[in-house]
Amino acid sequence: MSKANLLDRRQVVSTLLAGRKDVVAIGGLGASTNDITAVGDHPRNFYLWGGMGGAAMIGLGLALAQPRLPVLVITGDGEMLMGMGSLATIGLQKPPNLSIVVLDNECYGETGGQISHTSATADLVGVAKACGIANACAISTMAEVETFAKAVHEVSVGPRFANVKIANANLDRILPSRDGTYIVNRIRGDLGFQPI
Amino acid sequence: MHARADAADTAPNWPDDIFATLQRYDVRQVPYVPDAGHSTLIQRVLASSTMRGIPLTTEEEGVALLAGAWTGGQRGVLLMQSSGVGNCINMLSLIPILRFPFLTLVTMRGEWGEFNPWQVPMGSTTQGVFELSGIKVLRASNAAEVPAVLEAAAAQAYNALTPTAVLLSQRLIGAKVFTK
Repeated sequence: MSKANLLDRRQVVSTLLAGRKDVVAIGGLGASTNDITAVGDHPRNFYLWGGMGGAAMIGLGLALAQPRLPVLVITGDGEMLMGMGSLATIGLQKPPNLSIVVLDNECYGETGGQISHTSATADLVGVAKACGIANACAISTMAEVETFAKAVHEVSVGPRFANVKIANANLDRILPSRDGTYIVNRIRGDLGFQPI
Repeated sequence: MHARADAADTAPNWPDDIFATLQRYDVRQVPYVPDAGHSTLIQRVLASSTMRGIPLTTEEEGVALLAGAWTGGQRGVLLMQSSGVGNCINMLSLIPILRFPFLTLVTMRGEWGEFNPWQVPMGSTTQGVFELSGIKVLRASNAAEVPAVLEAAAAQAYNALTPTAVLLSQRLIGAKVFTK
């Protein structure tokens, strides 16, 4: 299955979050949430263990509520395909502080490696562009990942979308907290919000 | 031809009552899938300087959006019709897991003089779907009770984090009737 020159997902996510400062990072259901955890737990990490297809929309709600905060959604091709309509919703709202990165291994790695639509026909960059996210690109080098990571902090010129072709490797599962209420309230607390 | 009072001079007041309640509760994000029964309220939201109307491609997007909004410190409300409730089911699992305030206002189809049989199955299970998903259901069947029902729903959703759906009955909205 593996092709030459595909990027290592953990290295990609590590680079995306290296200089994160005030970034809120949302990890889509599946390996993406583990990748974020592998970089290190953080009070502004939003780990998803369910709600498949919802990662980009959680990012939109957060980005609209906190327009000066960089919001970074990191998800997989299967999760993004399930929420593909949300790219149309985001393209219409154009939140300038929202960035979406799809880690595209062209398969459903969590469920046995069944191929996804991106392995043959579906072009998520094309979908994002066609939905009005003009700043959408395919990334194939670590230099491009580094450039994108810097751009995430520019909160007035998004939204931006990147599809990163990654190697289809089964890595150690590094699991974050499964307590969703804790995860949300920890982010809210870090943003200065009191409990109800 | 249909029986709804949606001409400007005969527009009902209950959508304004809903809008006023949402304003009072500082609702900021209003995701919606359009429905004729919500059209006046959607117009109010889109004209508002404090609320952001957010058209969705499917209703489940709105559930996830409200989770993100709350994480970022804002309240929201999801507007949809009964057929959209079925589209939300798996995403409704975010509500008890993430424990964010959830309020949805649902215009009902498939009841009270419905002419379109295709609306009936989902309209008939709307309340059951919500209740099985852990969401409290309140209903408004006439314009006079809309303000009190909305107030109760907003209070329990936003103050007590009790996920709540308000069903705006087809009797309130007016059954849609196409005639040849």
